[in-house]
Amino acid sequence: MATTLERPAGTAPPTARERASQRAKRRNSQYPMWFYIPAAVLFMVLFIVPTIASFYFSLTRWTLFDVEFIGFDNFLQFFDEPMLIQGFTNTFIYGFVTSGLKVVLGLLLAVLLTGQIIGRTFLRSVIFFPVLVSTIGVGITFRVLMDPFDGLINTALASVGIEGPAWLTDPAWALLSVAFVDVWKGVGLAALIYIAGIVAIPQEYFEAAKVDGASAWNNFWHITLPLVRPATVTVIILSLIGGLRSFDLIWAMTRGGPGFTSDVIASVIFKQYQAGFYGLSSAGNVVLFLIVTAIIVPLFWALNRKQVDQ
Amino acid sequence: MTARSPRRILLAMAASGAALTLTLAGCAAGDGGGSADGGPVELSILIDDTDVTIRTVEALISAFEAQNEDVTIDVETRPGGAEGDNIVKTRLATGEMNDLFFYNSGALLQALNPDQTLLNIADEAFVADINETFLAGVSTDNGVYGVPAGTAMGGGVLYNTAVYDELGLEVPTTWDEFMENNEAIAATDVAPVIQTYADTWTSQLFVLGDFANVLVEDPEWAEAYTANERKYAEDAVAVRGFEHLQEVYEAGYLNEDFASATFDDGMRKVALGEGAHYPMLTFAVPTIVELYPAESENVGFFALPGDNDENPLTTWLSAGIYASADTERPEAALRFMEFVASVEGCDVQTEAVAPAGPYFVEGCTLPDDIAPATADLLPYFEREGGTAPALEFLSPIKGPALEQITVEVGSGIRPAADAAALYDEDVVKQAQQLGIEGW
Repeated sequence: MATTLERPAGTAPPTARERASQRAKRRNSQYPMWFYIPAAVLFMVLFIVPTIASFYFSLTRWTLFDVEFIGFDNFLQFFDEPMLIQGFTNTFIYGFVTSGLKVVLGLLLAVLLTGQIIGRTFLRSVIFFPVLVSTIGVGITFRVLMDPFDGLINTALASVGIEGPAWLTDPAWALLSVAFVDVWKGVGLAALIYIAGIVAIPQEYFEAAKVDGASAWNNFWHITLPLVRPATVTVIILSLIGGLRSFDLIWAMTRGGPGFTSDVIASVIFKQYQAGFYGLSSAGNVVLFLIVTAIIVPLFWALNRKQVDQ
Repeated sequence: MTARSPRRILLAMAASGAALTLTLAGCAAGDGGGSADGGPVELSILIDDTDVTIRTVEALISAFEAQNEDVTIDVETRPGGAEGDNIVKTRLATGEMNDLFFYNSGALLQALNPDQTLLNIADEAFVADINETFLAGVSTDNGVYGVPAGTAMGGGVLYNTAVYDELGLEVPTTWDEFMENNEAIAATDVAPVIQTYADTWTSQLFVLGDFANVLVEDPEWAEAYTANERKYAEDAVAVRGFEHLQEVYEAGYLNEDFASATFDDGMRKVALGEGAHYPMLTFAVPTIVELYPAESENVGFFALPGDNDENPLTTWLSAGIYASADTERPEAALRFMEFVASVEGCDVQTEAVAPAGPYFVEGCTLPDDIAPATADLLPYFEREGGTAPALEFLSPIKGPALEQITVEVGSGIRPAADAAALYDEDVVKQAQQLGIEGW
């Protein structure tokens, strides 16, 4: 499902002219039909069949040993799940907090790293490094760092006289703590996209602004910010999709705990799967798929349309 | 791999079928000779990755292999908890299960659909030597499937006897006495009650370990519960487990780091006297003895006190060793199971790990130098009505979210009554999944 969801981010919807040329291409396709068959078979076996199967199993009570068709009962039960509301709320908080922070911090870091500073290339690699590290590894490391008593973070805070919160075990902090780690890990990618956007801005604008006596703030607000709009769209879409279907980091750090306080939709579904409710968790996945689609498709469309209008 | 002989295929088919099994496997198991074609037989066993399980099973295997030179058994480990449950279920459903595997008895076993997936041992001679309480936990209406690996366990309170001696406390038999002891301990810098919520499963003991007390007041509770006629939230007796947990939290009796401490921390705390009471299964005893050989002399055990004077102990069955219905080598697998369920098998286990309670096999005895916590367990078994099985051995229904719910109660996030109602809702899914009548 991940692949299906991520696809819109990579490819823009075709404009009228592109569509016409696609039609022309198809007429004089360089490849005969059989040339497509291997890819088509792979696509069928790996994507279409499992998708249809999961839609089917979401309508059954499935123990892996027996399948009993029960219609929409799983969906009713899924929406009846006591933790569903909290899971949804947490999912949205997590998605919007991580996405928002990645936009702000990513842009600020990108402005810094496109400026005339010493060791610029080295610093660029440094902020990108966490993106390359395994999410589970990051989760486990931060779980140790965020230990309320012996963790490095609270020990460091204590040495300057601040009593740090119980990051991962205080119900009020658990979800936000994980979100901060997510931002730390993902902001490098956002910054990289912004760096590419900023570097692409023609220098003439800044020279003209200089002649007019514009301040640094004016430069940023009236030149950089509007012209990195395409980068902003990409960062928002990528980090929002990532945030809404986030699971691995949360699972590695809190397992949805303490209790249910940092449960997101994906971890609610995963726990149903672990408990052996295979039909119910398939239904949950179908719902998650529809919800993420319902959010991302209009958002993507709206953001891109504005971009075209400009 | 050895070539499949027609006889072996026949055996495999018979195993998944029915009647034929008895005659073929029965006569093959008796003579103890080599495999059908004379070559060595290789079996594999899937076990969980806890230290105690690995040491127990490896000791059994090496003793077995010494006597049965024609059989070798490979050990494969899997994670524990819900992740491990899934591995076992998936392997059984796809026919990829190892010849043998180590798994819980009781409610968790019932979820594996044993009639279809496991080798029925009901007609093996060695089954007669296994204690009936254990057999009830590894049977369905149609067959018997497991032999006991490990010992019976008690679910109650591990306590530090040195702390008790210092403060002149007596072992409590009622909840009020327990809370009085806690009050006395709270005046020192020892934590009265240890909780370890980094390992969420450890939070369930106040509820699960209280079940013998529930049965004292309502002997029909388990059957009625399975029939959907009892609810935790609507039952003043059953809800006490949740309420007790809330009480110790609200009284401030928990160790400061209860939310981030692990099971390992809990064992250390009770052994070294950093905390006084650790509600836990006695299956922690072998590990405590291994890690803190000297201090384990200061760890005792008592049943979780309730509101009655009977003070019964809630007991857990040991895990079982089962054979897959799809095994191609049922004869060798049965021979290993027979060894596990023998007096010699018990002695090998005693040698490998400190016993956590009495064995389930006829004639097995405990050595004289058992850990004090295990010794404290035995009088309950000797007393008439002194023990009752945990709910998971009397009813197949156990909700998957109990450990998160009890973490919430023990952390002050959710009040007991609310938690009991939430757990009642949680078990509905499990009952429906198992297809139980009346849900």
